[in-house]
Amino acid sequence: MAYDYEKYIRPGKLPHIWCPGCGHGIVMKGLIRAIDSCGLDKNNTALVSGIGCASRLPGYLDFCTLHTAHGRAAAFATGVKMAKPEMNVIVMGGDGDGTAIGGNHFIHACRRNIDMTYVIMNNLIYGMTGGQFSPCTPTGDKASTTPYGNPDPTFDISKLAIGAGATFVARTTAFHATQIDKLIAEGIKHKGMAIIEVLDDCPTTYGRRNKFRSVIDMMKRLKDIAVPVAAAGKMTAEQLEGKVLTGVLYKEDKPEYCEQYAKVIAKASGAK
Amino acid sequence: MAKKVALLQGNEACAHGALYAGCNFFGGYPITPSTEVAEVLSNELPKFGGKFIQMEDEIGAMASIIGASLTGAKALTASSGPGISLKQELIGYACIAEVPCVIISVMRGGPSTGMPTGPGQSDVMQAKWGTHGDHATIALAPASVQEIFTETVRAFNLAEKYRMPVQVVYDEIVGHMRERIEFPEPGDLEIINRAKPTVGPDKYKPYDTSFGDVPPLAAYGTGYRYHVTGLNKAQDGFPTTKAEYVDAEERRQIRKVEGEVARVDIEKYEEYLTDDATILLFAYGSTSRSARYAVNELRKEGIKVGLFRPITLWPFPEKRIAALGKQVKAIIVPELNLGQMNLEVERVVKGACPVISIGRVDGEPINPGQIIAQVKEVK
Repeated sequence: MAYDYEKYIRPGKLPHIWCPGCGHGIVMKGLIRAIDSCGLDKNNTALVSGIGCASRLPGYLDFCTLHTAHGRAAAFATGVKMAKPEMNVIVMGGDGDGTAIGGNHFIHACRRNIDMTYVIMNNLIYGMTGGQFSPCTPTGDKASTTPYGNPDPTFDISKLAIGAGATFVARTTAFHATQIDKLIAEGIKHKGMAIIEVLDDCPTTYGRRNKFRSVIDMMKRLKDIAVPVAAAGKMTAEQLEGKVLTGVLYKEDKPEYCEQYAKVIAKASGAK
Repeated sequence: MAKKVALLQGNEACAHGALYAGCNFFGGYPITPSTEVAEVLSNELPKFGGKFIQMEDEIGAMASIIGASLTGAKALTASSGPGISLKQELIGYACIAEVPCVIISVMRGGPSTGMPTGPGQSDVMQAKWGTHGDHATIALAPASVQEIFTETVRAFNLAEKYRMPVQVVYDEIVGHMRERIEFPEPGDLEIINRAKPTVGPDKYKPYDTSFGDVPPLAAYGTGYRYHVTGLNKAQDGFPTTKAEYVDAEERRQIRKVEGEVARVDIEKYEEYLTDDATILLFAYGSTSRSARYAVNELRKEGIKVGLFRPITLWPFPEKRIAALGKQVKAIIVPELNLGQMNLEVERVVKGACPVISIGRVDGEPINPGQIIAQVKEVK
């Protein structure tokens, strides 16, 4: 079915900066479908991002858009949401931006369980600066700053989010395009901090250094490593080796931050 | 009618000044010697529906007030030395994106952790040049508890009027001492709120210079959808690398503060017995109080000394200092650092008279005796 993406795209702002084969565009379309299915009011929706290829996404879309500094998206978004809780706040960004330089803001936004949706596009690399290793680059892989192979262990973003206190955590991949909008929509509807990790691809700065001969190879990887949570229960540890779970990984109802602060206001204004 | 009076600490007065100005959002992080600002506001803000949030770090605190301000809030943060260093990244963001907000910088000894509980005035250049890139700065330097109140109000007014971050910098002595304060009644002090767009959302551009050097800022969530970025941008708010746009925007952002008309509006200073002075003291914050005492003592001996006390530190009162430089035999600059504003005075005076620094960084205040001795030496 043809879909009216134009309704949400800012006139004159395309083409985007992303390379051919990059998955960020797939995620952007998923986001648009999710926002549309939730019926969010454009005037009352803020899209916040940090720095990097993924963080250019909000600029293309017709909302209140805030392209902040490297790693700081979650903290800016917290200010927006706290000051105006009636706004829908969605953060878009990459793995380096969100979990390295922005790691502290990321975990504390999760801990507060503030009502926002954070879509983190994990392409395993710093793309914009030319392919330096990120906290998510697999150990042993090549990046422009790991010419001998990456010695660092990696973050599992979804586990990090769950551990930090996010109350909705889901994962999918850029290959599973139709799942992206369903999970983002679920995240938007969830009251509290929703993290949606989308495993993404960067053919230009990651793929070509790590023996992916084409974008198709990279997409095939995303297809192959994904195991739906429901299916994983029936698989052996051996079968799950090298796989990542997709779908809703964690969901919990817990007091949301702005609602908690509303109680502080009630208490303070009554206790004059 | 009798004014409400109280014995308040400088930092407490700052919090109350912020509330008077209409502050309804505070994002902060604990640090000595500024924490009392946060403590008072954590208690007061929720009483009327205002928001207080203690963020995970100084950078997050600065980010939160910029985000809040974009929704229309009057937002404040407070910190000190190393905390202000951390905020610099996003002070620059607020400069280029032109987001009104107020930053309280209570100065202690430094660099680094330095002397957290001791006074300093070594962050006055950080206020001016702490963040990278060319930018204009507004920084105010109150010298008493009462003045911290009024200057915090003025900081909000200037932030809203000029659509930018404004810093209030005062040393730990002024921040922690207690003095009598008279609370202004509502209406006694002018309150300025940012200009709202006069065009509809379809015509709105966040940096539209057809409205002058300070374009109106729409609040998020009011029907205006626009883009905010830390990249160089054109008038529509979207990133650009076109030389003519970048150049025009950068120059406008400096002109809006340092232009002739703006300077008259923003600059503020107090002169004490400068008319016939042959020796001038240039001092701010707690140091200006020792300097004033020194002037009184020296005048008893017939020595013609005057005091120039900048209340607006940045933009620097260039014209007046240049004129005074031609009038006096010497300018003495006592400050709790090893000569920061001294260099600025020297730059502006352009050799018309000697400029002598009295620096102190041992955690003790500069006392009048030190200043008196220096004056007698140059006399």
